[in-house]
Amino acid sequence: MPSTIIQDINQHNFHEVLKPTPFHPRVDHDCLTKNWMDWNGYLTARTYDTLAAEYFAIRSSCSVMDLTPMGKYRINGPDANKFLNRLVTRDVSMLRPQRVSYVVMCNDEGKVLDDATIFHLNEGDYRLCCQHHQLDWLMISSLGMDVSIKEETHDIAALAVQGPTSASALKLAGIDEIGQLKPYDILHTQLHGFEVMVSRTGYTGDLGYELWTSPDNALSMWDAIFEVKQKGFYDIRTIGLSALEMVRIEAGFILPGDDFNTAETAIRADRVRSPYEVGLGWVVNLDKPNFTGKRALLDEKKKPIKRRLLRLEVSGNKAPQDSFLYAGKGGKRIGTIMTQIWSPILKANLAMADVEFAGGSQPSEIWAEIYYQKELEWRVSWAKGKVWNKPFWSHPRRSASPPDSY
Amino acid sequence: MNQYDAIVIGAGHNGLTNAAYLAKAGLEVLVVEKNDYIGGAAVSRELHEGWIYSSCSYVCSMMRQAIHRDLNLTKHGLILVPYLGNVAFGDNGETLVGYTDEEANYNALRKISPHDADAMFRLHADLARYAQLIRKTLLRTPPDPTSFRPRDVNELLWFAKQFWGLGEKELYEYIRFFTMSAADYLEDYLENDLIKATMASAGIIGTALGVYSPGSAYILLHHVMGDVDGNIGAWGLARGGMGAISQSLAGALQESGGEIRLNAGVRKILVKKQKAVGVVLENGDELYANIVVSNLDAKRTFTQCMDEDDLPPGIFKKAKNFKIRGSSGKVNIALSGLPKFNGVPNNRYVNRGGQAFVGSLETMERAYDDWKHGCWSKDPFIESVIPSAWDPTVAPPGKHWMSNFVQYCPAELADGPWTPEKRNTFGQIIVDKIERYSPGFRELIVHMEVRTPHEIEAEVGLTEGNIFQGELTIDQLLFNRPFPGYAQYRMPVKNMYMCGSSTHPGGGVSSACGANAAREILMDLRLGNTVPDDDFYDE
Ligand SMILES: Cc1cc2nc3c(=O)[nH]c(=O)nc-3n(C[C@H](O)[C@H](O)[C@H](O)COP(=O)(O)OP(=O)(O)OC[C@H]3O[C@@H](n4cnc5c(N)ncnc54)[C@H](O)[C@@H]3O)c2cc1C
Repeated sequence: MPSTIIQDINQHNFHEVLKPTPFHPRVDHDCLTKNWMDWNGYLTARTYDTLAAEYFAIRSSCSVMDLTPMGKYRINGPDANKFLNRLVTRDVSMLRPQRVSYVVMCNDEGKVLDDATIFHLNEGDYRLCCQHHQLDWLMISSLGMDVSIKEETHDIAALAVQGPTSASALKLAGIDEIGQLKPYDILHTQLHGFEVMVSRTGYTGDLGYELWTSPDNALSMWDAIFEVKQKGFYDIRTIGLSALEMVRIEAGFILPGDDFNTAETAIRADRVRSPYEVGLGWVVNLDKPNFTGKRALLDEKKKPIKRRLLRLEVSGNKAPQDSFLYAGKGGKRIGTIMTQIWSPILKANLAMADVEFAGGSQPSEIWAEIYYQKELEWRVSWAKGKVWNKPFWSHPRRSASPPDSY
Repeated sequence: MNQYDAIVIGAGHNGLTNAAYLAKAGLEVLVVEKNDYIGGAAVSRELHEGWIYSSCSYVCSMMRQAIHRDLNLTKHGLILVPYLGNVAFGDNGETLVGYTDEEANYNALRKISPHDADAMFRLHADLARYAQLIRKTLLRTPPDPTSFRPRDVNELLWFAKQFWGLGEKELYEYIRFFTMSAADYLEDYLENDLIKATMASAGIIGTALGVYSPGSAYILLHHVMGDVDGNIGAWGLARGGMGAISQSLAGALQESGGEIRLNAGVRKILVKKQKAVGVVLENGDELYANIVVSNLDAKRTFTQCMDEDDLPPGIFKKAKNFKIRGSSGKVNIALSGLPKFNGVPNNRYVNRGGQAFVGSLETMERAYDDWKHGCWSKDPFIESVIPSAWDPTVAPPGKHWMSNFVQYCPAELADGPWTPEKRNTFGQIIVDKIERYSPGFRELIVHMEVRTPHEIEAEVGLTEGNIFQGELTIDQLLFNRPFPGYAQYRMPVKNMYMCGSSTHPGGGVSSACGANAAREILMDLRLGNTVPDDDFYDE
């Protein structure tokens, strides 16, 4: 039997449709637009003031985002490693303590449930961070294993500190060892007398860190970072989910639930996707003795691929929002734009596109039919797409060690 | 090697853009630059250790996005980061805070004048209507109205269609607009002097006109028609200073195999049998090319780098009379801390924007009077920005630099030539004025670079220090730029072209002149056009 789940049993307050995070007093004060949205049941800022400023905080200076709502699960016990290695398609058996790995989880049919990161906090003690609620699946997957699984989303307050000056700012905030962290490293340290964990991880494709602490210390952690700004050293800005959406697409990261349906929520049979179909073939290790979904993926690998989530640059400056995709101007319909942004850094429309691969191969041409409005008049235009096999944007500072100072 | 397919004279951002497109099309291209650095007026220079000044231009809003993307300038290091607000200071210490956010801006205006806050919507719609017409022409070669070649006729028809599209009433308004002064034009909309003065200041920048001079309304348009990511009228900073634009263009050029030679000033363009065949450098070296492109202003190109005998009659005189009066100075100041301004809220928008010391319409007009009398303005208009407030790469952490664009400052003084002493006096006037609004400012100063039109001409080679390589008045715009009959980048001797801001669409860091000239050259060489169309937000 899996061990017991420790749940927050506080009485539910029905006024509180969305739950504030431990940073809420600061977030609320800083958020001028009051443009709230829901993220995993939490009250989250979509933007704080100006989207462009938030975007460029990530790409040009230093940004801070409240990461608390991300699904977090603490996993330990004798079978913890075995459990995780069976849960995900990548081989994480050798993941060293104080290291992080990006993974994907599939169901038995080899369809993607979610992507995730595994933090090996200390020997035998792991944190799994997911986009969606996964406790149910984790419990099902742990049958027969000696492992403890605890939902700790509410118990850990986390901030993402990302951008070219993030290392410099965090150093000034009091994290002296920040320079030693290589990408995917974890550091346990003290900040103003309380414990924080720092990982060199993020969803921006830029230099950046994530800071984790107990909710009691949340505000002190926030203040320690923003003190660097108050003292006039670096421009540090809070960013909301809209800016994050822009940079994650630029960096080529997928968003389960937006770019494709996650397997446990799909009702229609054709709405689910395999890791190969969403471009995550590189995290599938078919040589691993066994993992959930392996048999199905072995089968799938033998057949021509049916469709792919592509990174598509769409020409021109009209947003290809929800556009249908065609094999030629006015040709056969072959797909849909799933998510898209204007990239201020690349001056281009970037999109994640779900595209059919007839006969297993990528269409030679992809055109988007774009509807857009000018002064309340609808217009239509066609724009050609260009497929990117690499992320749209990457910068050497993301992985430079020691990190650059700006 | 001394034989090239094309030689571009001057590594200003337009010269580099032009060269990049020629190299991309497979030509062997050499850029020869007189300075030991590239960029011309789009330059970043470390004149004091740790501080990087955008010595000349400081704000980016005209840069053609289509070229940025097409030449992959991001890969070569270019990032443009937008402003969020600005603050204007009146004569008596009153302030006007502006926000790029429309609602926030409305509320800020309303505090000063509820009427003007409302009228601003009408003003912006009218300006947007005029601006979209001009904006559409930026990446196009102006037609020759006297020619019957199909391309010119088609292009003229296109122009006519755009203009008739305005409707009869608006067309008349538009024509009137071209001849008006900024102050008179704004009179139709606004009542508050500080708001008017702030808006009108855009009508004098880089121009030897005052807020009440006819023609300044158009200049106003020139300064509000740029965009950043489709936000019309928005302004941005280039991360690392304006030199980042030139560096990224040089990166694109070199990636295509182009070459840049520094400390290689051109003394003469070589002409044989009415054909340009190469250049002679200051050091006497002769370099040959099938195509010679000048990035220098029209006056300098013809009156200093060519012999009158090599040119068809009339051109020399036209060049001599080309209107290129200098009227601006630039003071770059390294600061040990962030200055605080009286009456300005410490907020995240304003902290990331410009400061405009406008005074009032009258103060600006008096400032112009001083210039007319051959003296710098005693109470000048200053447009400032502190880029280090949001660009971490241009000053040490916690330290700052302030860019101050000053009007007016003449190229020639009534009381004899410029001297270092006079230059310092001019610099002190700027510091004194800022100190009035920011007590303690003087104590923050670590280093200062004062540039009058005299320095701008000496260093960048902009004749008389005119920042736009020629004034942006109607007689020198579109098919009249630089001279009627020569607006299509081809010059009076064969195989010679111009690509600097003296050509359409004129001054500002836009890359448009360089790209338009490249399009014409590639067409003449029958290489096929590779210069992209502009990104239109209006269509
Ligand atoms: C003080 C100042 C402030 C400005 N502010 C702004 C601003 O904020 N925003 C904006 O958009 N625009 C601004 N401008 C205008 C803008 O900078 C110019 O219009 C633009 O940079 C001109 O670019 P260009 O390539 O056409 O010519 P230039 O930059 O003038 O380039 C000409 C090049 O030719 C070189 N050269 C000259 N003579 C010779 C020779 N004989 N041989 C070889 N090389 C030679 C010069 O050194 C220079 O590198 C400003 C200009 C100045 C001077």
